[in-house]
Amino acid sequence: MSPISRGFHRRHEEAEPAGRVPPGQYVTHDFPVLSAGPTPHTPLANWTFSIEGGSSPVSWTWSEFQALPTETVTVDIHCVTRWSKLDTSWTGVSLDVLLDAVSYDDPYVLAFCDGGYTTNLPVADLKGGKAWVAYNYDGKPLAPEHGGPARLLVPHLYFWKSAKWVRGLRLRQTDVPGFWEMYGYHMYGDPWREQRYAGD
Amino acid sequence: MRPLEDGVLDGNAIGGLLLEVFGTEMTVATGTCGSCGMTAQVAEMAVYQPKLGTVVRCRKCDNVLMVFVEVRGVTCVDLWGLAQLA
Amino acid sequence: MAGTAVRGRLTWQTATVSAVMDETSAVRTLSFEVPDWAGHRAGQHLDIRLTADDGYRAERSYSIASAPGEPVAITVERLDDGEVSPYLTQDVQPGDEIELRGPIGGYFVWDGGASDSVPLLLLAGGSGVVPLRAMLRHRSRVGSSVPVRLLYSVRSLPDVIYRPELSAEPDGVQVIYTLTRQQPPGWTGYARRVDPAMIGEVAWPVAQAPLAYVCGPTNFVEGVAADLVALGYPPQRVKTERFGATGTP
Repeated sequence: MSPISRGFHRRHEEAEPAGRVPPGQYVTHDFPVLSAGPTPHTPLANWTFSIEGGSSPVSWTWSEFQALPTETVTVDIHCVTRWSKLDTSWTGVSLDVLLDAVSYDDPYVLAFCDGGYTTNLPVADLKGGKAWVAYNYDGKPLAPEHGGPARLLVPHLYFWKSAKWVRGLRLRQTDVPGFWEMYGYHMYGDPWREQRYAGD
Repeated sequence: MRPLEDGVLDGNAIGGLLLEVFGTEMTVATGTCGSCGMTAQVAEMAVYQPKLGTVVRCRKCDNVLMVFVEVRGVTCVDLWGLAQLA
Repeated sequence: MAGTAVRGRLTWQTATVSAVMDETSAVRTLSFEVPDWAGHRAGQHLDIRLTADDGYRAERSYSIASAPGEPVAITVERLDDGEVSPYLTQDVQPGDEIELRGPIGGYFVWDGGASDSVPLLLLAGGSGVVPLRAMLRHRSRVGSSVPVRLLYSVRSLPDVIYRPELSAEPDGVQVIYTLTRQQPPGWTGYARRVDPAMIGEVAWPVAQAPLAYVCGPTNFVEGVAADLVALGYPPQRVKTERFGATGTP
């Protein structure tokens, strides 16, 4: 039985439930950097975003990507490590625009990134104005440590699904676990149902 | 070898975790990267701790050597990237 | 270590804080009474675990600041936005119980005995001085006369940890400070971040087959270790321990 450490308490108190903050989270004004590997530095001249596995693969270079219709959105983000950040502002291309360029019937994707990170999502969670490939944060180009030049942004799911340094999506008939999902994180990751780990 | 970024640690930082998982001191154990073949003591491997888990990488090629994730009090250990650990 | 009976437990045990001592305005040393302590080697660390009354737990690692044979002690630097360091440096009092696990580590250790003659080069960045101080204390306790140079990079003189002890400079130990942000009037010592020129002036010649221990934040360790290797130190003669932003390994 561990002794109680007299007077010790967690640094961040959980936010009041019912409201903008999912259960078990606290609100931060920082933007913590959590990385599983070194920050990639892909030159923009070499950068592409691809969608594979549809009727034919499609790919955009950085300048082609910049020419696509963009949106600026303000969203709340929720990390499985319990911090939530409200009213974050991003500019990027909606996945609706990107997926419209492909003919496919697959229900799932595996997002892949520079450095080898992957994460899995249902296509349905990328469509309908719910997801973007974002390249500006707070009005400025997305910093490398936060996933720049571009990252996936899927704010209705835990933020590990908003893959940093994203380079594309692989359309799939079946849902396969990405990097963290392989080790026990939830395949879907809905913060409102507190789906942090497999079995939640 | 490219320098490690600020905040990235080395295998010394996971001595306690390795003690718990392997039951013995492991920071002087030598690992061989399954991707590039580089050998190094665990103490000299790159350790990333993004709070979701611990990721140990080869200093030379960044290949993932070991991953530790704790879920509900149980630590999942994956040594997939190591060709050898002695 | 072959032939040594393993006393004590390698799992969590409850220790009692026996003393606290402020080293600087932001740094405090805590000494413990540990019922099942197996002894330790200079350079090893221990893990601390705190449990709040709602069951919330936090774990951190701290280098052991004392020499083998002395009461177990750690030196903690308070980080303003920290969760554990403000508690350890301000709230913990003698008599409090704390869970700890250790000793841990077999790489960043110095066991030098009285007959050892390998010159030591110790390079500390900020709180990286803690395990190196354990090595210096061990050296004194065993009556070693190996030549030691400690290059200690710190923001200013008031930030120097263990200053009275280091100023005493036991026989054969040279302490060289570099004050990177602020220097007292009349300071004639180094006043910049450690760089290859400084290392070239301070390091023992490679021909003496010295052993180097580098400890501190990752940026510090990466630069210094690379500089030593560039100077000709074989990589296996340069031991490194990187601390995180929390000042812990």
